[in-house]
Amino acid sequence: MISVANQASVRGHILVDHLRVRFGHDRSAVEAVSDVSMAVQPGEFVSIIGPSGCGKSTLLNVVAGFVPPSAGQVTLDGKTTDKPGADRGMVFQQYSLFPWMSVRRNVEFGLKMQGMEKSQRQSAARTLLGLAGLLGFENHYPEQLSGGMRQRVGIVRALATSPQVLLMDEPFGALDAQTRVVMQQILTRMWQRFRISVLFITHDIDESIFLSDRVYVMTARPGRIKAEIPIPLPRPRTPDTAITAEYLAIKHKLRNLISEESLKAMGGELKDGGLGGFDIDVGPQGVAELI
Amino acid sequence: MHTAPTLDYAVPQAATAEYPSLTLAPPEVATTPEPDTTSTLPGWQRLQRFAAWWRAVAPGILMTTLSLGLFIAFWYVATKYRWDFYIRFTHIPSPGEVLSNAANLVHSNKFYHNMGMSLRRILLGFTIATGLGVGFGLLIGQYRLARGLLLPVFEVLRPIPAIAWVPMAIMLWPSNETSIVFITFLGSFFPILLNTIHGVHSVDPVLLRAGRCLGAKDFALLHQVILPAALPHIFTGLTIGMGVAWVSLIAAEMISGQFGIGYFTWEAYSLIQYADIAVGMIVIGLLGLACSGGIRLLGTLLMPWVSINTKGGRP
Ligand SMILES: Nc1ncnc2c1ncn2[C@@H]1O[C@H](COP(=O)(O)OP(=O)(O)OP(=O)(O)O)[C@@H](O)[C@H]1O
Ligand SMILES: [Mg+2]
Repeated sequence: MISVANQASVRGHILVDHLRVRFGHDRSAVEAVSDVSMAVQPGEFVSIIGPSGCGKSTLLNVVAGFVPPSAGQVTLDGKTTDKPGADRGMVFQQYSLFPWMSVRRNVEFGLKMQGMEKSQRQSAARTLLGLAGLLGFENHYPEQLSGGMRQRVGIVRALATSPQVLLMDEPFGALDAQTRVVMQQILTRMWQRFRISVLFITHDIDESIFLSDRVYVMTARPGRIKAEIPIPLPRPRTPDTAITAEYLAIKHKLRNLISEESLKAMGGELKDGGLGGFDIDVGPQGVAELI
Repeated sequence: MHTAPTLDYAVPQAATAEYPSLTLAPPEVATTPEPDTTSTLPGWQRLQRFAAWWRAVAPGILMTTLSLGLFIAFWYVATKYRWDFYIRFTHIPSPGEVLSNAANLVHSNKFYHNMGMSLRRILLGFTIATGLGVGFGLLIGQYRLARGLLLPVFEVLRPIPAIAWVPMAIMLWPSNETSIVFITFLGSFFPILLNTIHGVHSVDPVLLRAGRCLGAKDFALLHQVILPAALPHIFTGLTIGMGVAWVSLIAAEMISGQFGIGYFTWEAYSLIQYADIAVGMIVIGLLGLACSGGIRLLGTLLMPWVSINTKGGRP
C-alpha cells in the first residue's frame, strides 16, 4: 500500500498481525476483535470505519498499549506496543485536557515529562498553538474553550512530543457539522506539516473519505476487516471534492459496505434478546430508523 | 469506589459546590472587555445603580440583622427575668456581662496565650493529618498493595472517636502537649484520608490515559495528574477534617489540658466565672470559623479552574 502523501518520514509504521482481543473468561467472554491484520505506512493517513461496538476502540487501544492482545501482535516500527508511550500521540473522543492546567501547560505536559527545560517547553508550546490558531488562548483553562478549540488543543498536545503516529478515536464525534469540517481541514494541515502517520477512527463516511489515504471497513462484532478501500482523490481536498464523480463512487461503495454491517450488528443484538443488555441501548425505534 | 471503605465522611458534591461562590474570578474570556463606563456616568445614573444594588442586597442584610437581633434579645430577656422553666437561665450570664468580660480579656495576655496554644495545636495536628491523610490516601487509592496492607488497619481504627483515645494518648506520648496534638491529628486524619481515596477513585480514567500517553510514569502520574484531579475532593476532606479537629481539640483540652481555649472555658466553669464560659465558647466558634474560612480561601487560590464551571466563563 503506497501512501499518496509525502514519502519523507520513515518512521511510524504500524503493523497489526492477526490480532485477536477477548474480554473476560470462559462463557462470559466477549470477543471484541477477531483476527484483524492491517497496516499503516509511515506518513499515511488511515481510517477505520465500522458499526458501533465492532471493536474499533479496542483495536486502537491495543496500538496505544492500553489493552493487551489475546493473540497476534501489534508493532510500531518493529517494536511491540505493550505499554503506552509518548511515541504514540492519542486524541480521545471525550475531552481529555487536564482541567487544572492552562492551555499552554496542557500542551507542555508531554515535554515536561521528557524533562525538557521550561523556556524551551514554552516556546515549543507557543509555536504549536500558533499553528492551530490558538495563540490568544494559551492562558485560558479548558473549561473556557469551545468544544472545537478543546479538540484542537488535544491534537496539539498529542503532537508536542513529536510522536511517530497519531491515534484518534472519533475525535470530532461530539462536534457540530460546521466545526467538524473546519477541524478536518486543520487536522489535514497538521498531518501534512508533521509528516506523521495517523490512525483515525470514525463513524462518518464523508469524514473518512475527506481525510484518508486509505479506509478499512470493519465487520460487526467480533470485528474483522471486511474491506480496504483506497482513496486516490487528489489533495488538497476541498468541499468541492465532495461533488466529484470519483468521490461519490467511493462514498456509494463505502455506504453499502457499512449499512450491511450495521444491520447485521443490530440484528445480532435483537436475536440475542439483548436489547439494552449491550453497551449500546438500541430501542426498537432505533432499528426501524436504520432500516 | 467499588469495594470502598464506607465513605460516611464524604459529601463531595454538596461541599465542593460551595467553593465557587467565593472564588477569585479567572480572567474573563474572549469577550471584548466592556469599556469602563462608570467613570463617565452622570451622577444620577450612578445613584440609580447604587439603588439597584441596594435593593438586591438589602433584604439579605435585613434578615440577617433581624435573626441575630432576635437571638440576642431572647438571650437578654431570658437572663434578665431568670427564665426557669425546664431550661434554667438562673446562672447564665447576660449578653452585657459577657461583653464586659470580653472587653476585659482583650487586655489579658493569658487569654491570648490560651488562644495561641489552641491555634498552635490545631495547626500542628491538622498539618500532619493533611500530609499523612493525603499521602496515604493517594497510595491507597492508586495501588492495590497499599490498599491491601494499610486500609484494614485504618478501617479498624476509624470508628473509634478521637476523644476515646485520650487516656491511651496520655500513656503513649511523652508529654501532655504531644498527646493533645495527637488527638487533634486523629480527628482530622480520617475524613482527609477517606475523601482523598474517594477523590483518587473518581478521577476521570481518560485523564489517566492521556497522562500515560504523554509519557507520565507512576510517580509523575500520581503527582501531576491524580493529585490535582482529586484536589476538589481533598478539599472537601480538609473542610470536614478542620471541623472535627476543633471538636477533638476542645474535648482534649477540657479533659487533660493545660492552657488552650478549651481549658480556659472549662476552668471558667470550675472557678464560677460564668461569663467567661460564654466568651470562651464564642471565641472557639470564631476561631473555627476563621480556620474553615482559611481552608476555603486556600482552596480557591489553589483551584482557580473549579470556579469556571459555574461562572460560565466560556466565550
Ligand atoms: N474492557 C472491556 N471489558 C469487556 N468488554 C469490553 C471492554 N471494552 C470493550 N468491550 C466490548 O468489546 C466490544 C467492542 O468495543 P469497542 O469499544 O472496541 O467498540 P467500538 O467499535 O469502538 O464501538 P463504538 O463505535 O460504539 O465506539 C463491545 O461489545 C464492548 O462491549
Ligand atoms: Mg469506540
